[in-house]
Amino acid sequence: MNGQVEQIGLWQMVSAYIFVLFLLFIVRRRKIGREKEITIAALRMTLQLVLVGYVLVFVFDLRHPGLTVLYIAAMLVFAVFNIFRRVKTRLNRQLKLIIAGSIGFGALVSLIYFILVVIMLDPWYEPRYVIPIAGMIVGNSMTGISLGVKHLADGMKQQREHIEGALMMGAQPKEAVRDIVNSAFDSATLPTINSMVGMGIVFLPGMMTGQILSGVSPLTAINYQIAIMLGILGSVSLCVIVFVIFGYRAFFNKRAQLVSME
Amino acid sequence: MAAMPHEEGVQPGKEVFRQKHWGRAVMDEHKLYQLNGVVYKDILDIPELDIPENKVTCIYGESGAGKSTLLRLLNHLLSPDSGSISLRGVDISGMDPIELRRRVLMLPQNPLVYPGSIRDNLNIGIRFSGRKHCPGDHALKEVLDTSSLNKPLDTDAKTLSGGEKQRLALARLFLLDPEVLLLDEPSASLDGATERTVIANAVTYAKEQRKSLIMVSHAQHLVDEFGEAVVELARGTVSRSGKGGSP
Repeated sequence: MNGQVEQIGLWQMVSAYIFVLFLLFIVRRRKIGREKEITIAALRMTLQLVLVGYVLVFVFDLRHPGLTVLYIAAMLVFAVFNIFRRVKTRLNRQLKLIIAGSIGFGALVSLIYFILVVIMLDPWYEPRYVIPIAGMIVGNSMTGISLGVKHLADGMKQQREHIEGALMMGAQPKEAVRDIVNSAFDSATLPTINSMVGMGIVFLPGMMTGQILSGVSPLTAINYQIAIMLGILGSVSLCVIVFVIFGYRAFFNKRAQLVSME
Repeated sequence: MAAMPHEEGVQPGKEVFRQKHWGRAVMDEHKLYQLNGVVYKDILDIPELDIPENKVTCIYGESGAGKSTLLRLLNHLLSPDSGSISLRGVDISGMDPIELRRRVLMLPQNPLVYPGSIRDNLNIGIRFSGRKHCPGDHALKEVLDTSSLNKPLDTDAKTLSGGEKQRLALARLFLLDPEVLLLDEPSASLDGATERTVIANAVTYAKEQRKSLIMVSHAQHLVDEFGEAVVELARGTVSRSGKGGSP
């Protein structure tokens, strides 16, 4: 670290919760009825971060490759279940497997490439680098696939007549859904592309902010930020393309007939 | 995804179908189709049905009688829960569904128009049918003539009227040169005169090209005018089958 990090004391931390109280005051006053969710969210956030803080201290101190891999595996499992929860449409077993497979494949390939080729980390499993980078890659890929699943399922539902119309003419399912698949891919990757546009002007991204707060030179921080943004873009694209290429198949049976997800 | 009772048949283990006992399929070289027992979630229950080759067969009946379901079964968009369907004596359940649909084309009730020109809309059928080469403008104009759509190929398909869209959709099928043409009430949303034109075009095409045409309708006068064979469906079963009115 290049500089001294300002520590936040206990009472200073407590004082930050005034923002939550302020929000609670507003929703109660206006009878919006969100008190419970806000309280739970604030408590969960605190508890989860405290826990993860201690876990990370342990993992960082141990510096064991197995533990780093285990941590990433847990992250991926959590991401997969989070996608299932986020998507409101019912998903069949095949689609769930495709979701898990695409995030697993896409995020891991991108992460490995990023660690070995882009930042050439030595040793490759250095948890202080690998875990935060994996978190950003997996987290963004999770959002991308959630959007992909949603747009694919909505498209299949709304364009049902067109899909069947194409099948009636002897189209392969792949041909019949080509536009829907392309549009799902586009909708899922667009937020990542858009976020790059505002970066540095509208907001300073989290990782860069974190590094600057810990005293790293902004010039070093932007190097990392640019690299990680490109890594995220690659991972989101890879996960989503793998998902849509295989995902549409879950909507058809072996007789090339549309099946219901319900 | 919205619940579509039809698709439930493809999910084993769900008891949405009534099991029935069926007779043995009778093979008959002269008949195009044999429907030997079809149950479709109480929609269809047909002990046996033969549809003649190279004729215009009208499937007639009230809405909800199972007419469209019957067509979808023939196009293999749906599979019967029990019993069998044969095309020229061959059980379609053993055929590649895509290959079958390329031989037995179906026109849906609402005309499907894709973004782009009339030419694009005709060519998309070629793409769907797996052919590599799009026909030239001359061939495209010819099918438009057959379908009585006199519009330049560059016309934006979105600007066409309902009847014109249906004629475009029909022309797209003509271009694919099917063995069997299934029309699912092609005129439901059209006015009387347009309705007749669309059907008359399909019938003329079928007669000239010696194709089998199977057409769903709930309009008695159209059935009387065009139907060489009539299958009347009522409450999911064949209530009358035989020759129609004046051929």
